[in-house]
Amino acid sequence: MFNFVFYKTIIEIQMGNNQKNVIELEEVVVKFAGDSGDGMQLTGNQFSDASASFGNDLSTFPDYPSEIRAPQGTVAGVSGFQVHIGNKAVQTPGDLADVLIALNPAALKTNMKWVKPGATIIIDIDNFDNKHYKKAGYIEDPLHDNSLKGYTLIKAPITSLSRATVNSLELDIDHKTADKTRNQFVMGLLFWLFNRDVKKGEEFIVKKFAKKPDLVTINKAVLFAGYNYAETVEAIATQFNINPAKNRKGTFRQVTGNAATAWGLIAGTQKAGVKLFLGSYPITPATEILQELSLHKYLDVKTFQAEDEIAGICSAIGASFAGSLGVTTTSGPGLALKTEAAGLAVITELPLVIVDVQRGGPSTGLPTKTEQSDLMQAIYGRHGESPLPVIAASTPGNCFKFAFEAVRIALEHMTPVILLTDGYLANGTELWEIPNVDKLPEIIPPLVKDNDPDFQPYRRDPEKLNRFWAIPGQEGLQHRIGGLEKSDIYGAVSHDPFNHEVMSKYRAGKVQKIENYIPEQKIIGNPKGGELLIIGWGGTFGALNVAVTELREEGYDISLAHFNYIFPLPKNTKEVFSKFKKHLVCELNLGQFVDYLRSQHPEFSYQQYNKIQGLPFFIKELKNKFKKTLEEK
Amino acid sequence: MTQSQTKLTRADFQIDGQVKWCAGCGGYPILAAVQKALPETGVTKENVVFISGIGCSSRFPYYMKTYGFHTLHGRALPIASGLKISRPDLHVWVATGDGDSMAIGGNHFIHTIRRNINLNIMIFNNKIYGLTKGQYSPTTPLGSITKTSPHGTIENPFLPGELTIAAQGTFFARVVDKEPKGMESVFIDAAKHDGTSVIEILQNCVIFNNDIHEQIVAKDVRDDRMILLEHDKKMIFGKENDKGLILDGQEIKAVKIGENGITMDDILVHDKKTQNPNIHYMLARMTYPELPVAIGVIRSVDQPTYEAMLDEQVEHAKKNSKIKDLKGLLHSGNIFEIK
Repeated sequence: MFNFVFYKTIIEIQMGNNQKNVIELEEVVVKFAGDSGDGMQLTGNQFSDASASFGNDLSTFPDYPSEIRAPQGTVAGVSGFQVHIGNKAVQTPGDLADVLIALNPAALKTNMKWVKPGATIIIDIDNFDNKHYKKAGYIEDPLHDNSLKGYTLIKAPITSLSRATVNSLELDIDHKTADKTRNQFVMGLLFWLFNRDVKKGEEFIVKKFAKKPDLVTINKAVLFAGYNYAETVEAIATQFNINPAKNRKGTFRQVTGNAATAWGLIAGTQKAGVKLFLGSYPITPATEILQELSLHKYLDVKTFQAEDEIAGICSAIGASFAGSLGVTTTSGPGLALKTEAAGLAVITELPLVIVDVQRGGPSTGLPTKTEQSDLMQAIYGRHGESPLPVIAASTPGNCFKFAFEAVRIALEHMTPVILLTDGYLANGTELWEIPNVDKLPEIIPPLVKDNDPDFQPYRRDPEKLNRFWAIPGQEGLQHRIGGLEKSDIYGAVSHDPFNHEVMSKYRAGKVQKIENYIPEQKIIGNPKGGELLIIGWGGTFGALNVAVTELREEGYDISLAHFNYIFPLPKNTKEVFSKFKKHLVCELNLGQFVDYLRSQHPEFSYQQYNKIQGLPFFIKELKNKFKKTLEEK
Repeated sequence: MTQSQTKLTRADFQIDGQVKWCAGCGGYPILAAVQKALPETGVTKENVVFISGIGCSSRFPYYMKTYGFHTLHGRALPIASGLKISRPDLHVWVATGDGDSMAIGGNHFIHTIRRNINLNIMIFNNKIYGLTKGQYSPTTPLGSITKTSPHGTIENPFLPGELTIAAQGTFFARVVDKEPKGMESVFIDAAKHDGTSVIEILQNCVIFNNDIHEQIVAKDVRDDRMILLEHDKKMIFGKENDKGLILDGQEIKAVKIGENGITMDDILVHDKKTQNPNIHYMLARMTYPELPVAIGVIRSVDQPTYEAMLDEQVEHAKKNSKIKDLKGLLHSGNIFEIK
């Protein structure tokens, strides 16, 4: 009998006709780990796609080193990919893995701390020799030092069987190419293990290698070799079944946060009838937004890979002056470089979207790891009185919605906007219900008619306080803007002290008034209030929501307020907070949102829970903390 | 180019308010020359934009009755680039100085030029930081005493022309603020050039670097110390038009016609349109007293612009993309219908 320990209970055990054990599970977390050249991301995606087409909900997260190809077999070169599938809503890639696939000892060594007790570990036994142990830094042979006691270990000769399969086809395939089919062996094994239709794996291969028939042949052969191996050997006696998710109907696709951000920007500008211009410089983990948008020129998207971060934002500002929506995408170090130019967009009151995909800092920090530590920089990180709205996405899929929101706020309120996402959202995927683009709201920028006799560069809308957008090329509206302070209404260079105060207050007031144009803050849990309110923002939503929901199911008096609108805060924030006795603010930094809340709403006494390890929150640690907070008097 | 219906004049570009440079500043004649040149370049009042960085020269947009944007120190070029790329129909001019373009904006300068974005860049080169009151700039001659170099500068100056051509510039010209006619004609040439045009203007700073260019441009010496280059014409100079430039081995040399067996046939003919940058590079680098300083259009060659190539890619993509709209994009790839 398998020694699977899932944190969800095993529902049912069936005995099939052919003596197979099939265990029904609600969810499972699978981690793929190998050398960074082993194709772990591809294998993970293939498994996810097969699960999605079967009807499971899912969430994935890649775990890759900042070195592109560190020496083979070393701990530094281990690349991973985690997939969480389930028969109900899956909101995180999972804390710890139920199944680990480790293609070499280094992959095993790096990932043992991320698997559940009793997990199934599939290793490529061909790579578990002294040479590889040494490379991975093992002193003892891990297969014989009792460190794997309590786990179900499947020692599969993945490399040798893959090679043998390829060689048997007599296709004149070199060793290196043959070895690249190993991930298909793993896939075949998993297809059997999870009782999946192996045809789906076949389809993936045919599509992936469409133009290379030899690769289709060998990969298919190895896929079946893995499947048949699993079915035949006695080491694997049990299969697992994760049924399709019941309450999810519609049209879905997998999407990463970065792709969703790119598409949301396109959607927003289309709804505004404004062209999208992206000026950016490559930086991890934001680069994929630039790459993605550069693919979509047929949608009138122009991308400009600038010589540096500063040129990126400046080109975007130039494009906005010219009537496009300028966008720049970056991560923390890049945002720091862009701050002076962000101030120029503040004083000239031009629409602009700055996307900051946060990573571990300061300085180069942890480029491939996630963190929420640019919040203060986003809200306050400019010289002078330089307010601008800040919003944050909270799932890979809703990066679409909040990129759209960033476009809406920038264009309708004539202001630069910072959209915060993070490495976890950017590279993670979820099964995302494709929105109906026809039903997205229209965005209406405050344009001016040619020759409007009332136009003045700093005349304002009385409600929103935004100025109006007169665009070069329009007749009779010629005007000059710039970084020097301008006179109210007329926009002439002005050093008048009282005018500066008036203009500073207009700029602040304009941003504050955005609170009238954003939704109210929702409470997940008990809207009437209660004992403990968990407060979070941005990319931690999945983990916080699961932890709070599970505790509520266990009978605890706990609710969640998760913020997407950071500055300004929703108008009912105080009202929401006042319904609860205790307030615990959880975030992946040393307490930036909690400090911000202490300044905005000092009447509450906030507790804080912080993690700064470059990792997302784990549900288990959250639940422990929440229970402890509830118990404290 | 859009032709304006009624002929524009200088007055169409003059502001009603006051121009606030120091009395005697080289900025005034430059401003006048631009305002006189613009009506000859096919612009309308509303489709021309002036962009600037920070510095005395960068106040320029405030003095033009057009769309204008006074931006950040060093950043005029990326802002102008974004503007031009998103709106190729606009005529975009950049006013910048030697500090703004060669120091804090040096990186943008070389990258803008290699992309060949159709901008007209005027560098007001007074070889000093004027707005901060007299510190040396990247074009200040070696050894100059300034407020931040009380013992003389110990860094070699940039020559904007050398940098432009090294960065694969397609248009470089040099003019003198004292010569309105020369400026006007070069500004018109720059406007007509499809690509990045760099115009170095030898400009006087009456307060902090007065007469910095005088040893070249002063009335009594100019004919012997400058050479006006004209396309397809012999490179001759001097009060008596008796001097010329020849290629001696791999170097340009100034010679007197009629001496040492030199005849008019030996004198180089200026070809601003040749793609080969070697002679242009040598001409741009000429400094007094070894050689006369070259004035006029040194290089003007045709090459595709960034924005034209991008627009071509956009049009090609629109024609050939299998996906036609956002809906199609969102539904491309692996889609799962769950019923």
